[in-house]
Amino acid sequence: MLQGSMTGNGRPQELLLPVPSAYIAITLVAALVLNLLALPETVARLRPDLIALMLIYWVVYHPRRLGFLPAWALGLAMDVADGSLFGQHALSYALLMYLAILLHRRILMFGMLQQMLHVVALLLLSQAVTLVVRLAAGAEFPGGTYFVASLVGALLWPIVFTLLRLPLRPRTEAGAV
Amino acid sequence: MQNSPPPFFQRGPSLVMRFALFSLLSLVFLVADARFNYLRLVRQGMAVMIYPLQRGAAMPWESFDRLSGFLAAQAELLADNERLRFQRLRDGAALQTQQSLEAENRHLRELLTLRERLPRETIPAEILFSHRDPFTRRVVVDRGSQNGVVEGSAVVDPTGVVGQVTRVFPWLSEVTLISDKEQAVPIQVVRSGLRGITFGTGYDHGLELRFMPVNADLQNGDVLVTSGIDGTYPPGLPVAVVANVERNVAYAFARIYCSPAAGVSGRGQVLIVASTDRLPPNPIREEELAARRAKREGN
Repeated sequence: MLQGSMTGNGRPQELLLPVPSAYIAITLVAALVLNLLALPETVARLRPDLIALMLIYWVVYHPRRLGFLPAWALGLAMDVADGSLFGQHALSYALLMYLAILLHRRILMFGMLQQMLHVVALLLLSQAVTLVVRLAAGAEFPGGTYFVASLVGALLWPIVFTLLRLPLRPRTEAGAV
Repeated sequence: MQNSPPPFFQRGPSLVMRFALFSLLSLVFLVADARFNYLRLVRQGMAVMIYPLQRGAAMPWESFDRLSGFLAAQAELLADNERLRFQRLRDGAALQTQQSLEAENRHLRELLTLRERLPRETIPAEILFSHRDPFTRRVVVDRGSQNGVVEGSAVVDPTGVVGQVTRVFPWLSEVTLISDKEQAVPIQVVRSGLRGITFGTGYDHGLELRFMPVNADLQNGDVLVTSGIDGTYPPGLPVAVVANVERNVAYAFARIYCSPAAGVSGRGQVLIVASTDRLPPNPIREEELAARRAKREGN
């Protein structure tokens, strides 16, 4: 499965259908729901921020489609749902958007493995921002496992990449053109 | 707006400007929330909007629970049933003596002209999920202001105190567990009558009894119950058991670790106990206010 997605990212770019804005919105809301999914305590600490992953994907592959405002609003929604400080996720998503827009041409040049390295760096930075904010507000360091979520997120990158592209593949059946 | 093609080469504010704007906005929100507790209404409004998503996201786990309940083995159910029947017998006997004790207590309190202890209103609730936030220990229960939950109520389960309601939304409310780092519970040691305050440590199985002198009369295994002097927690509910006492003369206070009595993590049913506002006003606060008023008039 992983191999397939890697070949999909080879130098000759795959031709995809134009992306409707509704599709982007649906994927982001789906990521929000998945983020809110109730999980047993032990697994919950390892789960990555799927919204962050989606934001990176859309900004890297369709840089003019997603603005700061929706990302920031999603951050506020995450803060309310999470009971965390209001603006904490919003700030980390703003940073994520900035870095992703800044690096998107660079990230596109690489293969899947190097892309994953970029993604892990972005996710770790956004987590670090959250950590700094919470430490400044008086929280205690939650331990090293806090950062494992970013590694898991990077491992999910090929899957997110493949799944998001699936509905955008041009149909090759008869009568497609 | 940002998705539509720009007219000619006009591309709106630069990337750095947009980033600066949104981070500044987030920082303003953060400070307003953390320092001044503003934005309550905004939070409430957004909570109503994402409520359906939250319930939807909690559903798979809930239905898994229901399914595993449905598929429980017959033997398990029988054993459970028997255990519960025995427990009811035992509780029933205890309850009978309690009724007479309650009457006696009321009578004695009348004689001593003490304030009567009022029965409190309770609301049963179920824990839906715990937050993703790794910095706090909080859970969300399925009753909110529409069900009469009030901010500040105590939350208990059959084995002891679980926590306190810290945020109320229309159909959900957020409970801060006693193991949260910022949650304090006023307690009394059953054996010695010593009063103190426990604080959470941020981990599930740890509480800390702070500000106790090195020579305080405490032993491992001492049971701590709520003292009730704060008016939030009803008196006499088990909170924790002392697990470890470290007495180091170099420090002013002993380090006392306790393990919570209630299962403060995970899922299950809890009882929300309304807090009563029958405490007299804080005299120190009154004095302070009076002094401030006098000062203002003096100017």
